[in-house]
Amino acid sequence: MTNENQSLVQKSVPLYPAKTKMQVTIIFFVVLGIYAFSMFWTQKEMVNGFGGALGNMYVVIEKFFPPNLSILPAIWNAMMQTIQMAIIATTVAAILTVPLAVLSAQNITTFKPLYVLTRTFLNLLRTIPDLVLAVIFVGLFGVGVFPGILALTIFSLGILAKLISETIESVDMNPLEAMRASGGNVFQVIWYALVPQVLPQFTSLVLYVFEINIRASVVLGLVGAGGIGLVLNQQLKFYNYPNAMTVILVIFAVVLIIEYISNKIREALI
Amino acid sequence: MENLQLPPKPEKSLFKKIRAIFITLLVIAMYVWTFVGIDIDWGRAIERSISNFHRVVPKLFSPDWAAAGDVGLAMLETVFIAFAGSLMAAVLAVPLSFLAAQNMMGGKVVSTIGKWILSAIRAFPDLILAILFVVAVGPNAFAGVLAIAIGSTGMLGKMFSEIIESIDMDVVQAMEANGANKIQILFYGVIPQITPEFLSYAIYRFEVDIRASSILGIVGAGGIGTMIVFASSNRNWNEMGMILLAIIIVVTVIDFASARIRRKIV
Repeated sequence: MTNENQSLVQKSVPLYPAKTKMQVTIIFFVVLGIYAFSMFWTQKEMVNGFGGALGNMYVVIEKFFPPNLSILPAIWNAMMQTIQMAIIATTVAAILTVPLAVLSAQNITTFKPLYVLTRTFLNLLRTIPDLVLAVIFVGLFGVGVFPGILALTIFSLGILAKLISETIESVDMNPLEAMRASGGNVFQVIWYALVPQVLPQFTSLVLYVFEINIRASVVLGLVGAGGIGLVLNQQLKFYNYPNAMTVILVIFAVVLIIEYISNKIREALI
Repeated sequence: MENLQLPPKPEKSLFKKIRAIFITLLVIAMYVWTFVGIDIDWGRAIERSISNFHRVVPKLFSPDWAAAGDVGLAMLETVFIAFAGSLMAAVLAVPLSFLAAQNMMGGKVVSTIGKWILSAIRAFPDLILAILFVVAVGPNAFAGVLAIAIGSTGMLGKMFSEIIESIDMDVVQAMEANGANKIQILFYGVIPQITPEFLSYAIYRFEVDIRASSILGIVGAGGIGTMIVFASSNRNWNEMGMILLAIIIVVTVIDFASARIRRKIV
């Protein structure tokens, strides 16, 4: 980039003012500096350094391959459990998100403190990673699928409510005003003017969050919250890498298939 | 009011009716399968939650300030992991995104292959990648960096390729008509159009990666996740409260800063 700019300077008026160039250069070096420091920091506990790491890559392939496909029937149930967890969590989140999304949409909730309160609550909710929620719920409810579903629900609630409230904020306000002018109450306005406008996007976003949930739920088992992650964790603890690889491949296939289906449905919707 | 009548609703075609019934049955079948298949031990969950509630919840809200130093250091490592990982991803994603964009490399075949590569990378959850890299480079923060880098490349590559596909091709055609070569078109026609959005998405990805890297420690890939594992297995919920507080603060600050920067760029 800088070379290109310099050749331009010689020929004609500079493309960018000198101040901008200075700023960009400084930012570039600051970013590079932090990057170098991050690389140093994250590698300081490594035994052989970067070169050793690259050399080890083939060891991984040696350890994990060939996957032990004979355990496929045994992990089938766990995988189905994972999908079921994601379905329940997405459904519950989709129901709970409706009031939250409406309350955090600026054009519907005109009472400002309520809007700010819901927004802040959702923002806080979204900062907590799903696995941390799972760890806490496992501590609270014991090992099992229930803490997993709860963690997924709360985690996806934060994302979904934000995305849907943004959709609500971008709707055409004219039908809503017309409804209100002809005497519709709040619920009538929402049901007849808002719902038809956001329903396609709502379904599409729910499917999108379902994809996220599938991906999140496969790892929840690592902390004891049920599903395929539990099996993966056991196999890794026993250093049974070919079995673990089968689990990883199954996860990979399921995620791809579900993403494909959900993409097709979303394309048909919008 | 009674004599007011709504106009009749338009007739739906037979195909649409059958399709609607079919979809409804499918959804019902899915839910039946789900709720029959899942077994939640309600009794145990309720019993456990009653006996554990006072041991867990109040402690989460009284963070252990003595651990603040350690937690802070681990959180710093988490930020470093996310930064190094997302920067690597931002660089790696550029060539892949040009490969996947339909209007660049010419030919649908190349772009389809590029898109396939990107979605294959995306299908691996970050933690699964972290497991693989922990085996490769040992249980340290660098495994986390690699996991974040590869995981984000898939998503960023997809975003970048969509940006490239949406550029104004008139500029490129005008340059072509004026006799510019490929390199000149790239530097003066394409890059100025995509740079702001590329940067914006890369910074947004850094936000996402902060969240992702805070849990990588659960499989041994460094950062604050390591402390989460210890705190939960020791049932040290005060420390967990401190960790939670640190995550919330750092994520909020970085979200805020990144939103400000992105608004300035675009």
